[in-house]
Amino acid sequence: MVRRRRGGVDLANAPNLWEFARPPSIMKHVLSALVVNQPGVLAHISGMLASRAFNIDSLAVGATENPEFSRMTFVVHGTEKTLDQVRKQLEKIITVVKVIDFSNQNFVERDLMLIKVSTEAGTRSQVKELAEIFRGRIVDVGTGHVMIEISGPERKIEAFIDMMRPFGIIELVRTGRIALLRSAELPPQDEDEAGAGVPADEPPPEAVV
Amino acid sequence: MATDLKTSNTKVKTAAAAKPSVPTRDLNGAEVLVAALINQGVDNVFAYPGGASMPIHQALTKFKTQVRTILPRHEQGGGFAAEGYARATGKVGVCIATSGPGATNFVTCLADAKLDSIPMVAITGQVARHFIGSDAFQETPIVEVCRAITKHHFMITNFEDIPRIVKEAFHIASSGRPGPVLIDFPKDVQLEKSKGEINYDPEMDLPGYHPECKAVSTSLVRKTIAAIRESKKPILYVGGGAISSECSAELYTFAKAAGIPVAMTLMGLGAFPGSDDQSLHMLGMHGTVYANYAINDADLLLAFGVRFDDRVTGKLAEFAQHGKVVHVDNDASEIHKNRFADIAIHGDLKEVLQALNAAWTEADKPDTKAWHKQIAEWKAKFPLRYNDPGRDLILGQHAIDELYRLTKTQDVYMAVGVGQHQMWAAQFYKFDKPRRWMSSSGLGSMGFGLPCAMGVQAALPEKLVIDIDGDGSFLMNVQELATIHCEKLPVKIFLLNNQHLGMVMQWEDRFMKGNRAHTYLGPIDNPEAEGKGTGDHTELYPNFVQMAKSFGVNARSVAKKSELESAIKEMIETPGPFLLDVICPYQEHVLPMIPGGKGVRDIITE
Repeated sequence: MVRRRRGGVDLANAPNLWEFARPPSIMKHVLSALVVNQPGVLAHISGMLASRAFNIDSLAVGATENPEFSRMTFVVHGTEKTLDQVRKQLEKIITVVKVIDFSNQNFVERDLMLIKVSTEAGTRSQVKELAEIFRGRIVDVGTGHVMIEISGPERKIEAFIDMMRPFGIIELVRTGRIALLRSAELPPQDEDEAGAGVPADEPPPEAVV
Repeated sequence: MATDLKTSNTKVKTAAAAKPSVPTRDLNGAEVLVAALINQGVDNVFAYPGGASMPIHQALTKFKTQVRTILPRHEQGGGFAAEGYARATGKVGVCIATSGPGATNFVTCLADAKLDSIPMVAITGQVARHFIGSDAFQETPIVEVCRAITKHHFMITNFEDIPRIVKEAFHIASSGRPGPVLIDFPKDVQLEKSKGEINYDPEMDLPGYHPECKAVSTSLVRKTIAAIRESKKPILYVGGGAISSECSAELYTFAKAAGIPVAMTLMGLGAFPGSDDQSLHMLGMHGTVYANYAINDADLLLAFGVRFDDRVTGKLAEFAQHGKVVHVDNDASEIHKNRFADIAIHGDLKEVLQALNAAWTEADKPDTKAWHKQIAEWKAKFPLRYNDPGRDLILGQHAIDELYRLTKTQDVYMAVGVGQHQMWAAQFYKFDKPRRWMSSSGLGSMGFGLPCAMGVQAALPEKLVIDIDGDGSFLMNVQELATIHCEKLPVKIFLLNNQHLGMVMQWEDRFMKGNRAHTYLGPIDNPEAEGKGTGDHTELYPNFVQMAKSFGVNARSVAKKSELESAIKEMIETPGPFLLDVICPYQEHVLPMIPGGKGVRDIITE
């Protein structure tokens, strides 16, 4: 069902509650959709989002443990009304099996990035040190650059990008966010809180290429 | 009345239940498709052949005793005919075309069926699998083109999938909120031969499709009844959902028991009898003044099977602003979409009405005496009306009024095009039963009337089927005159001919200082093309009577009010199809009118 906050609102005199009850605050939601793994599903979903003018920050798709299904993770921007529509419109697509809105739930989210940073100015050791602090791994080394693989919540990735900027970012690529709900019985962990400059929670890298 | 509706509903259901026998061995893919259609209860298809659909047509001749194939003269005509078939019967309409241009000619029909929630299966031939993606002759990626305008779409890539896909397509098209489904069928699969036994009833594989709604919540039913009991000015706002859920009998019982007036959308006309005193007829942009005033004043809006479309609401923030909203719909995405619902019931309207009727007691009836008195005053003060032309001329409104007077006892099935004639028909023809009124409402596709009427006639050969059309709309699918003649479909065409695109012209007159911008349909050197004529029809173009006759369709023209009655009688009584070319002055506007984006206070009545 739709989540609504109705506290203290006189329904009889509030004809258009979406606009009336709360200022249309823009929120970021992470939605996860289980979809049938067949050609055209991605095109169908992205076409629906585009034709209804929904703004998507990121979209990641991949197979699941069951080869018949794929999972898509969306980061959507909008008012609660927009998000409600996005979810319902997604659910209406025949090949979409299930949609979960992760917001207000205990979930793990990750973004994976490959970033190529210039080391022309003899900064390789500085870059390496920062990558280690962020638990990134150097996966390729050239004469004037290194390539680093790093994963984590969005804020960590963005903090790392900021740290690399002064060295000169040659190019980078990100997967977009993926997310899964935590098991209910485990106590919540704090890595989602990991802010700028705070190292992430993964085990240390096993090997640096 | 109520019993009558019940019987007609049951009939449709039993007819669909009988399973015809079809061969299960030694068929090619196209034959399996046709046999699977027959297995789904299909008795009529509208199919236009071409290179990539020839095997299907060959198969259709093989099964011609079980399924009638009607050859339209344009794929769009076939698509609209399938919609007409579906709108009139509630069964799934089927149309077939070849690949490429044949398939793209279905685009408008699919979009139309999607917006009006009409169950339809469109089958398109496709180039052979090994040609797909090579820009082959007559190749279009029709599935890609139609994703957003279908409820679902399939491409058959394996012979073994044919019966399952057909079964799934029919299930999806007809269940939940109905809609169009596209099946794209490559030619090499059509020609592939079967190896073993064909199972026409395979298991469906639709893990993401759950059209069934939860059982009606008793607490929401109680809340709804409590809201009605406490209301002083309740109103029913009923739409196409009431037609597709076949709940007219339940709606009638409910509205009568609770004494609530009923306003209908363009799609909902006929859900509640238009000749009943409790009917407020159509609401919205060209709805009646009393329906719009009542909605505006209501303190409780029972929105049943509707979607708060902009042609109904006008300025959304001002629509029914004093009313609490109970919204019932079987599509969860419609609830809270345009208007927040105070009581939101995601459910099948028929089941919800049954639950309301079962829980209803006489004590729940609200005191609406003052409300009914107020509505009666509005009805008396602002009836639907039109001026007397003063001369022996036929106004469009009068033509439809007369048609209604002369045919109302005959259970007419009515299709319309799009424009002024459509709105006048919606206003002045009163429908007492569901599925009698067929209008391209959401998409507003000109050219809809004639092909839709021929689809209705194919489904109901014994019924009187009338296409009320305008000269602009009619010309868009005029080729179907050939179909109604050749396929012996006795459709009557009641053509309101004012030589203009009347609805656009009306907006020019109202909002653009009457500047004629390509809304005159005669030769460009006629002064009327620039709005500088005498105002009388000095020449008529084209000659629709001659045109109809050249197609083998009987026709006559009438321009005098005094001759209209005999002309209508001639149209009805002449066996076979007939075109009555009714010459109307073009100066008339469809009124009342709430300009787009405005509210009730901006209603134009003069």
